[in-house]
Amino acid sequence: MIYLDHNASTPVRREAREAMRACLTDVHANPSSLHGDGQRARAAVERARAQVARLVNAEPGEVVFLSGGTEGDHQAVIGAAWALEKRGRRVALSAIEHHAVHGAGQVLARLGYSIEHLPVNSDGFLDPRSIDTLPLDTTLVSLMLANNETGVLQPVAEVAERAHARGMRVHCDAVQAAGKVPIDLRALGADYLVISAHKLGGPKGVGALIVREGAPLESLLRGSDHEHGLRGGTENVPGIVGFGVAAECAARELASESARLLALRDRLEEGIRSVVPDAVVHGARAPRLPNTVNASYPGARSDRLLMALDAREVAVSAGAACASGAVEPSPVLAAMGVPRELAVCALRLSMGRTTTADEVERTLIALAYAVRAARGMDTAAGVRA
Amino acid sequence: MSTLRVLAAMSGGVDSGVAAALLAEAGHAVTGVTLKLWCYGKSPVSPRACCTLDAIADARGVAQKMGFTHFVVEAEDVFRTRVLQPFLDDYAAGRTPYPCALCNQHLKFGDLVSRMELIGADALATGHYARIETLSDGSSALLRAVDRTKDQSYALALIPYSVLQRVRFPLGALDKSAVREHGRRLGLTLWDKPESMDLCFVPDGDYAGFMTRNLGETRGTAPGPFLDRDGRRLGTHRGIVHYTVGQRRGLGLAGAEALYVLAVEPERNAVVVGPRRALEAPGLVTAPVNWLCASAPGPGTRVEVMIRAHHPPAAATVHPRADGGAEVRFETPQSAVTPGQLCVMYEGDRVLGGATIQAALETLGPAPDAAYDDRDEVDSGDIAREASPAR
Repeated sequence: MIYLDHNASTPVRREAREAMRACLTDVHANPSSLHGDGQRARAAVERARAQVARLVNAEPGEVVFLSGGTEGDHQAVIGAAWALEKRGRRVALSAIEHHAVHGAGQVLARLGYSIEHLPVNSDGFLDPRSIDTLPLDTTLVSLMLANNETGVLQPVAEVAERAHARGMRVHCDAVQAAGKVPIDLRALGADYLVISAHKLGGPKGVGALIVREGAPLESLLRGSDHEHGLRGGTENVPGIVGFGVAAECAARELASESARLLALRDRLEEGIRSVVPDAVVHGARAPRLPNTVNASYPGARSDRLLMALDAREVAVSAGAACASGAVEPSPVLAAMGVPRELAVCALRLSMGRTTTADEVERTLIALAYAVRAARGMDTAAGVRA
Repeated sequence: MSTLRVLAAMSGGVDSGVAAALLAEAGHAVTGVTLKLWCYGKSPVSPRACCTLDAIADARGVAQKMGFTHFVVEAEDVFRTRVLQPFLDDYAAGRTPYPCALCNQHLKFGDLVSRMELIGADALATGHYARIETLSDGSSALLRAVDRTKDQSYALALIPYSVLQRVRFPLGALDKSAVREHGRRLGLTLWDKPESMDLCFVPDGDYAGFMTRNLGETRGTAPGPFLDRDGRRLGTHRGIVHYTVGQRRGLGLAGAEALYVLAVEPERNAVVVGPRRALEAPGLVTAPVNWLCASAPGPGTRVEVMIRAHHPPAAATVHPRADGGAEVRFETPQSAVTPGQLCVMYEGDRVLGGATIQAALETLGPAPDAAYDDRDEVDSGDIAREASPAR
């Protein structure tokens, strides 16, 4: 199988796997226990905390381990809105945020908060000036660093500058960016930043919320005094250990790996334009992740392309199709103004550490076939799209 | 047997699940697909309904157990235009439709056939109880299942002849208990799932209620007269959608002898009733026939016909007509010829063809030849559903 769905999840790195295996074998105690075994478990967690902090240029004390991107986004958005409630009950989310952020917004809306949605342009890029017109009772602005579907990188630093100038805090979902582009919490200016282990070679089920020193936050999952009192529950020690090692490896290889992926992405896009001349690459004119190509193949519905590519051993993502078969245009593409008939023909190809130049070439051959077959279906007798 | 790439249609039921699993077990490269035909929203009408999200989960469970890929294909639009709308139109026109045949024709052996190209499939498999045989001249024939009590060849009579060659029915030689046993042996959790007996989209069997409540249908729901054959009014009916030819129960009419529905007449909004013997007809006329053989049989060919799903086959002769339809003459008169149902013609176990019944013949005139003058408007769009004589 040619796996081009690394934005959904990427294979666990060998180093992370080995560290986790050792941890599962040797570290059994609860990190909160005071005896020697407990202290060794605590040390493993703290080593990982430092590794994760280094990936995003944060202090270890700013790292809160939790279960992943969705929990991180909920904890940041809801927890910050609660902590800042005296100033106002309004938060602003970009229109292209991950479902996890919009989900947190729904929780707040249910509690009577007002939710603002910040638009993007046709390249999927947010205009930072939209911050300037937000109502003054807005306490939090949420903007992702890289969009998961298009890979478009957002102007988080400029948004943070404008938001801070108006007394607003900034949450940045960096789940898709971490390990693919350099992240510097200080340079970004974000108050809250979320990353997830399984997008960068760690295991599923563990992530981190980075809370910048001094940024107010109320805890959602309360219990004992875990994670500076911000996240109750015994730590997922082996997961955290794997996360730490994966973060360290990703940081070390980031420069060379992103250059390698960028060359592959350019070849992939060039090939797509050559085998499907009317293909439309979304976000083509915006700065993007080096691994992601989201394109529409007019007349070839994405659910059909997905089936055809799967049969040719190429695994990709159809932003438009969900497991229940419904073909709905992606809200991200809709926010970019992509017409519905084009949006339902979109595929996301996302590369990663295991992707090779040969796989890119073979993908192009399969894609050419899949597009032809999917388009051919509409001329088959008696069948309409 | 060489290894095939197979597209397996999976409804979520035992039969199609076991069929797909048996192919995977035999080493074929299976891709499962569930057609999402009809969305009930979040409240499934019944655990037996075959088109609910539960059904999708059951189909996916088989794929996970056997280790092949499974996709859900949204087919609501095709289902609505090709199956549901004709179903409503038929009832409004006083016919008793048989939507399973249309679903097989347009979805399972229409939409899915066009999807085979997508995955480069050699074959399309379903869990139908029927067989495909390759004849000595290399052509393919549709045959009854070995287990005659489960035989579904009647419902398959409208599928295109051209697809037969690429179709596989893994259950055609098995009986139901063997299928369940395979399901259990393979560890499929759906092995003991209850049988679906009714239309998948009307699991409670209340067609009239479904049409009026769920689809807002108003045609055919106005009360009108029960008439006898001489036009005398015997009472008031609840709307013609509630009645089908041959129905006895639920009429609420008292009489010296039992009364049956003889005809449903939308023009007069009338339901004509009469004694059982008046239901008998010597023959029928069909809409254009879907022949499942290289060419239509010659006039007067002796066949056996089924005029509804569980009808005991009756001897008859078939006389193709110039309009593509056929006149079928029974050896002995048959009861309750129902417009909208299929007339399926068999030669032994082989299905020669099938067509929608347009009308019963009241008397047998001279046998038609190919230049037979058409008496009725041919409406090839009207196809049908099993008559449920007591619903």
